[in-house]
Parts: sequence; structure tokens; C-alpha cells
Amino acid sequence: MRLVAEGLSCRRGARLLFEGLDLDLPAGRALVVTGPNGTGKSSLLRLLAGLASPAAGTVRLEGAAEPDDFGTEVHYLGHLDAQKASLTARESLGFWRAMLGRPALTVEDALETVGLGGLGGLPVAVLSAGQKRRLALARLLVAERPLWLLDEPTTALDASAQLLFAGLARAHVNRGGLIVAATHAPLDLGPSDTLDLGARRPLNPVAA
Amino acid sequence: MRQAFLALLRRDLALATRAGGGAGLGVVFFLAVVVVTPFAIGPDLALLARIGPAILWIGALLASLIGLDRLFAADAEDGSMDLFALLDLPLELIAAAKGLAHWIATGLPLVVAAPVLSLLLNLEPAAIGALTLTLLVGTPAITFLGLVGAAFASAFRRGGLLVAVLVMPLTIPVLIFGVAATGAALGGTVPFGMPFRVLAGLSLAALVLGPVAAAAALRATRE
Repeated sequence: MRLVAEGLSCRRGARLLFEGLDLDLPAGRALVVTGPNGTGKSSLLRLLAGLASPAAGTVRLEGAAEPDDFGTEVHYLGHLDAQKASLTARESLGFWRAMLGRPALTVEDALETVGLGGLGGLPVAVLSAGQKRRLALARLLVAERPLWLLDEPTTALDASAQLLFAGLARAHVNRGGLIVAATHAPLDLGPSDTLDLGARRPLNPVAA
Repeated sequence: MRQAFLALLRRDLALATRAGGGAGLGVVFFLAVVVVTPFAIGPDLALLARIGPAILWIGALLASLIGLDRLFAADAEDGSMDLFALLDLPLELIAAAKGLAHWIATGLPLVVAAPVLSLLLNLEPAAIGALTLTLLVGTPAITFLGLVGAAFASAFRRGGLLVAVLVMPLTIPVLIFGVAATGAALGGTVPFGMPFRVLAGLSLAALVLGPVAAAAALRATRE
């Protein structure tokens, strides 16, 4: 499997965030996207996930059943955790496991893995920010998806959870998965490339 | 795919019935409208019996619109909608599952409450039966037409009034035939079956077209 993007341009309102971006990410490799705030890291991930349309260019996942429409091959972890405050952690994770299909770990195993063992019966509302983020990471483990698109995955995580996450990500890459992660934290995701969007900022972003 | 549909239905029902879910809100509103009406009209039992079905239908129509503005907006705000867009389950079925859960949580209680509230408006047993039946058939139409407004509301912050403005005109035929069928059951020029069949037809059309239109609106408003 191979994630290929050609000539991607992204426009937000009148501003051009980047243009002519080419990516080629083979299976078993991670791409770390860096750059200052507002350079288009989140926008790039949304383009890759197919949640937004690029101003120009194409994205495809070679080797997927439908290379041009591969939403079902993607785990997208955005800024928002997609958890409901009034559900328990167990219910929330179980819901996403049923929704996503192609199950991997069980809910209890996934909670145990991200360090939330024994907290499954608590409502999401009473979890701390870091615990909510751990719960969001657990979603990556309960369903099988080759491509992980992660937007600031380690926000609010403590040092040990950051290490834990890096370990999970390396395991995914070693199994032949693909990861594109936007991050400010130095993460060791295994064999990886970096893309600095700050260096690709257009000289004249507002010109038509 | 069926597993995902049922999971979403179960989750939305759980969310609606828990604290802050707002499942009981519609019934309370319905109750308030119907209880206040006799005080406003005065103790004219014949008049109450004549306008009772219309009052109950208006109350049920407005109560059905409560909470629709949050139906997709809540999922859009917490990021769930992004994940829904990546699923195998098409957005049409996601909208249908959410609509069905919304109707079970807010529409069905209205149908159950209607016979009790009918007594306050001096309705005859035949009218109570007809009214309950028309509400059972008609309220799903309101909810599923409301899905379209709910989908647009998710794209705008504070889209609450937008839902009422968008959906209300679409629900007028449902209101007309719902009240007409109830009136026909009490005697009149047309038999009960005629307006009732039109109402059932409107409802079936809304059940199919509502989710399709809502999914199109969700796609169109996605940035």
C-alpha cells in the first residue's frame, strides 16, 4: 500500500497555505509533518483523509480497494476527540468499534493498553484532558485501518503516555501500516520522513 | 453495516435519555401547550372539542421540532461527523439512524401522551383514537423532514431558528392531512381513510427523501 499525493494545493479563504505539494509514502513508513501554527498541517491531514477538497492536485492510496475514495482505510484522529460526555469510556469506545467495523482489539484490551484499565465505567465527562486523549488513541486500536492520519496526537498527554503512543505508532508502522502525523513534539515513530510545511510557505499567500 | 446502524441508533437513544439529552423536553412542551389552551379559550366544552385536534396537532408539530437543531450539530462540534464521513455506512443511513432515534426519543412519547391530553380538551373516544393514530403516522414525517433543517443547522453556529424556518413550511401538508383525518373520523363529508392515506403517503415519502436530502445537505455544507 502506498499513499501518493500529487500537486496538492490548499486554500483557506483567500489565503494559499501551500501549493504543488507531492507526497509518496510507502507502507511501513511514517511521515511527520511539522511547521509553525497556521501553515496548514491540519488542513493537509483533512485533505489526505478526504474530509476537505484540495484547491488543486490529487490524493490516492495505491493498493486500496478504491484508490481514489479510501475513507474506509483511514483512522483520522483530529483535534476533537469525538467522544460524548454522557457516555462511559467503555460505551464510547464500544460504539466506535461497532461503527468502524473490521475489529481489532477488544474494548477492554484497548482501554488496558492505553492505560485506562479500570476506568471504563466512568463517564467521559469526568475524565481529564489527557485521559480523554488516551481514549481517543484507543479508537485507533479497536479497528483495523492501514493509514493513520494523526493531528497533534500527543496533545495533553503526559510523558509516559507520549512514550506509550510512540510505541503503538512504531508497532503499527512495523506491521506495514502508514502514518502521517502533524506534531510539534519530537516523536520517534520508527522509519520516518519529515515534511516541514513552514519552509514551503508561499511567498505571496494572498495573491490570486 | 447493519451493526453500525444499530450501534448509532443505540448510542443516540442512550444520549437522548441521559442527563442533558432532552428526550422529555418535547413532551413537557406538548403538555404545556395543551394544558394552557383551555384556560385561554374558556370553559366552552363544545368549542374545545371542535378545535381540540388542531391544538393537539400544533402542539405535537412544534414539540417535534425541539432538539432537531442539535441533532447533527452536536456531532459536528465534537468531531464525530468527521469520522462518520469516513465510514462504510453511507451518510443517508447515518441520517436515517439519527432520525429514527430522535423520533423514538421525542416523537413516540408525544403519541403516548396524546390520549391523556385529549381528555383535557373534551375529545370523544373516537376522536382520541383517530388523533393518536394520525400522530403515530404523522410525527415520523415531521422528524424526517426536520432532518434536512438539522443538517443545515450543523453547518452554522446557533442554527436553532433556522430549523424552524426551513422545516415548518414543509410540514404544513402533514398538519393539514393529520387534522383533516381526525376531523373526518368525527363525521364529515369525506371518510377517515382518504386524508389518512394521504398522511401515510406523506410520511413514507419523508422517511425516504428526508435522509437522502439531509445527507446531501451534510455533504454540501462540509468545508
